[in-house]
Amino acid sequence: MPALASIVLPTAEEELWRYSRIDALELAAYSLGSLTTTVSGDESVVSRESRLALTDVSSEPGDAFETLHEEEVGRQSTGGARDGGAVRVATSRGQVVATPIVIMHAARESGVLSFPSLEVDAAENSEVTVVERFTSSVGCRSLLVPMVKIRAAQSARVTYVAINELSRDTWLIGYQRASGERDSSISSSTIALGGDYSRVRAGVRLVGQGASAKQIALYFADGQQMHDFRTLQDHAAPRTRSDLLFKGAVRDTAKSVYTGLIKIRDNAEKSEAFQTNRNLTLSSGAWAESVPNLEIETNDVKCSHASTVGPIDDEQRFYLESRGIRPEVAERLVVFGFFADVIDRLPAAAQPDVLRRKVGEKLTAAATAGTGATTGARS
Amino acid sequence: MSTTAPELLRVHELHAKAVEGDNDILRGFSLTVREGEVHAIMGPNGSGKSTLANTLLASPAYEVTSGTVVYKGDDISDVSTTERAKRGIFLGFQYPQEISGVSVLQFLRQALSARKGIDLSILELRLAAMDWMKRLGMDSKFVDRHLNQGFSGGEKKRNEIMQMAMLEPDLAILDETDSGLDIDALRIVAKGIREVRAARPQLSIVLITHYQRLLDEVKPDFVHVLVDGRIVATGGMELAERLEKSGYDSFRSERV
Ligand SMILES: Nc1ncnc2c1ncn2[C@@H]1O[C@H](COP(=O)(O)OP(=O)(O)OP(=O)(O)O)[C@@H](O)[C@H]1O
Ligand SMILES: [Mg+2]
Repeated sequence: MPALASIVLPTAEEELWRYSRIDALELAAYSLGSLTTTVSGDESVVSRESRLALTDVSSEPGDAFETLHEEEVGRQSTGGARDGGAVRVATSRGQVVATPIVIMHAARESGVLSFPSLEVDAAENSEVTVVERFTSSVGCRSLLVPMVKIRAAQSARVTYVAINELSRDTWLIGYQRASGERDSSISSSTIALGGDYSRVRAGVRLVGQGASAKQIALYFADGQQMHDFRTLQDHAAPRTRSDLLFKGAVRDTAKSVYTGLIKIRDNAEKSEAFQTNRNLTLSSGAWAESVPNLEIETNDVKCSHASTVGPIDDEQRFYLESRGIRPEVAERLVVFGFFADVIDRLPAAAQPDVLRRKVGEKLTAAATAGTGATTGARS
Repeated sequence: MSTTAPELLRVHELHAKAVEGDNDILRGFSLTVREGEVHAIMGPNGSGKSTLANTLLASPAYEVTSGTVVYKGDDISDVSTTERAKRGIFLGFQYPQEISGVSVLQFLRQALSARKGIDLSILELRLAAMDWMKRLGMDSKFVDRHLNQGFSGGEKKRNEIMQMAMLEPDLAILDETDSGLDIDALRIVAKGIREVRAARPQLSIVLITHYQRLLDEVKPDFVHVLVDGRIVATGGMELAERLEKSGYDSFRSERV
């Protein structure tokens, strides 16, 4: 890896980084390090190595961080696996892995740049669920650049859940790249409640006829947090289906960005693609942006996209309050109601009940106190 | 109805405007309601009926520019919507809000706990709600549906009456609860209102309506005609009959 200071970073002028906080990042302030990573679940499918390349799971050109990630993972695997190195989950033909594989990353030190790497390589007609959880200690001003690569072979079923529970000081610039072959199905969910600036670029590519993908995200930023999502639904085979539902809330002076592209290539006839992004702005100082895009190169497809940004409707509030419900309880009801369909659609491995409680805690905390958010990524 | 029953609500020379607008919509509205009375308010479209209903619940969309509202002996001008509801004022909305992701049952639970200070178990609540739904001719599966989402106009109105029945208010303002109901649904709703009154004779009702047919069923003690933000005539059922026959034109010039 070149010296961090010499790496040319993208700028917010570039479309992919528009609205992001990339301009506040100074890589030179970090030094390369690793996280504490623990893996639980069926050990027979887990190894500490990397075999998938970015090009195996994505048709998009990698950006600066993906390139760095790939280089670093390559360097680590030639130097032998070590703690904090890549995690590989690979199933054999027809294997059904009964319980979720759970990967926990914990960042403790400030000033560390790490590249947690995960790949899920599901063989034909196999089934596996992988949960990846990111945590960091309070005050930990580190930068995580994780990447998960998912390859679902014919008829394989892969469920992936990413949970961002980072502290308010930690940065995350993450990548999820998934590719589905014939009749496979991929479910990829992201829950983001934590972090200072947290960004995920999530792409699914459907390369085999009949492949399907479901992408779900729930995000809730308060204080000075920012959540940033860039999604791609890439249809490169006939009769493929993708369904994306991202819902978020922002409060205080928090921000969120969603930009998503549905791309239906010329050979993807009879495909269906749906994309919905909805955002609630809970404070006048909070800000959310939503930019959906469609790129369709063939007829005979079914596509829809919907995007909204707005506060809780005054008339809804009034209706609830007119029944004696206190304003803060009314707000809670509406926010829970807003998230209800996302939570209902999350896989069991995402622990919907725990999530409901955490959303509730976040609402309570935000309602009762100023948050301990800190600014910037500079450490 | 005995006129010696205690006064529940006294609205005096109320002027109110939409927060977004410049001109007063209510222009000197006065009304006194005693315990147990039913007052019908009829008036042409845009005369200020819903403005009155919303203002009585301190809707943030409206602003009182002058006048007073005294409820149970207190001037409630500075009392919030939530607090007014807790003190027993209920509004059956002309256009009930749809709230996604919140079930009727969840909502009722919060509302009941606010109004009555009791936390019913989900089961008790379910049984109580289902009892009223049955009486109002609603399918009991409505309790698990999201609040008013995908409800037909008539179902929304019945849901309002069910909430009124369960929250046991002292003053119920029903804003065009009859509009959009077919004749059978109207009879069911009217029967619901009568049952609630039978159980709580001291309940006072302000019934906003365009049509005599609900009044035939509910039998108000007074009928008021509202034009341009104030009451221009007060009487009994004969007023409603006159309106049904000849409309509001004859009232427009009539200023009392
Ligand atoms: N929030 C508002 N902003 C601006 N104008 C309003 C608002 N609410 C009501 N108005 C205006 O005030 C007038 C009275 O409206 P209101 O809804 O009170 O009438 P209404 O008597 O209930 O009529 P309807 O029979 O159609 O229900 C109308 O001209 C209406 O356009
Ligand atoms: Mg009205």
